[in-house]
Amino acid sequence: MSYYFAIVGTRDNPLFEIDFGTSKGGADGVARFRDEAKHMNQFIVHAAIDMVEEVQWHNKELYLKKVDSYQNNHIHCLLTGGNIKFMLLMNPDPTSTPYSTYQTSPPSRPSTARQSTLLASNPTAPQTEDAVRQFMLEVYEAWLKCIMNPFYQVNQAVTSPIFRSRVATAAKKYL
Amino acid sequence: MATKAARIGEEVWKSRVDKINAEVVTLTYGTIVAQLCRDLTVPNTINKTDYNAVNKELDRMGYNMGLRLIEDFLAKTGTGQCSNFRETAEMISKVGFKVFINITPNVSNWSKDSDSFHLVFEENPLADFVELPDDGRAQDELWYSNILCGVIRGAMEMVQMQIEARFVSDVLRGDDTTEMRVTLIRIIEDEMPPDDE
Repeated sequence: MSYYFAIVGTRDNPLFEIDFGTSKGGADGVARFRDEAKHMNQFIVHAAIDMVEEVQWHNKELYLKKVDSYQNNHIHCLLTGGNIKFMLLMNPDPTSTPYSTYQTSPPSRPSTARQSTLLASNPTAPQTEDAVRQFMLEVYEAWLKCIMNPFYQVNQAVTSPIFRSRVATAAKKYL
Repeated sequence: MATKAARIGEEVWKSRVDKINAEVVTLTYGTIVAQLCRDLTVPNTINKTDYNAVNKELDRMGYNMGLRLIEDFLAKTGTGQCSNFRETAEMISKVGFKVFINITPNVSNWSKDSDSFHLVFEENPLADFVELPDDGRAQDELWYSNILCGVIRGAMEMVQMQIEARFVSDVLRGDDTTEMRVTLIRIIEDEMPPDDE
């Protein structure tokens, strides 16, 4: 199970990206995306921004839960007060995701019992939403410290290694 | 003597000082430094910050602040003249810093002839949340809190002491502590203007 997390600025520009895998159940925390995922993930997240902009006016929470899915990928979003979007893409079985639009075989069912308990297999379940929400809130706190830095300008890419390690720690803790 | 200074500082801080939100000060100072870094660039380049010029400018700003701050300090605390440089150091650290930014740096590392010491800052409210830009030079050249050096220099000059203050280490640069070295150059005697009869 793999995750791709991106922070998108007010001009739809990416400010920060990281991929990782789940650390629960003894997994090693490394993302297992296919090669095409490198650009497809960005496209999918970018497309989901439209959904975020639709949903944001009806919801007064910061955490917008699952906003979009594409084949096996589910996207959750947290929208900050400054219109910065934290997008998390999760995929329970990245190797079997066909990115081509023509689907030759039916979408894969979780093949082992273990996979079906993964968070991403059940994207709208309350435990999943809760885990992702807690992850997002921790990243939000790290983000606040980052933007308080006087040398950071709005919509600038985040290059701080401290921020990156904080996000990775939060990921290990909750996802 | 040290406890008396601490007591004065604490008492003045509690009663006679108007308070302001610390984060407002932190963010304002941060903006000043960031703006200076954008404005003062190496001649003939656009984006390359001249960190030495930024340090000098912060020191100059602090100097102008210090010249005026000393009057406020003396009015609020009502203390008299210090008899030696050691007493001055205690006054600066326990009363001066306490009254204005509510921190008490420690005085340490006295030199052999008692004319220079180190101020060790455990916490520096001016530098909360700050990470120096990673363009390879800021880490080695910028002293972020340099305004404090200027303030001490300006204030001391108004009480007839010429001192030199500069930072020797800074946690923002990756060192363990933030330390400022203050050295007494000379006591300024009143001098007649050169062409007086």
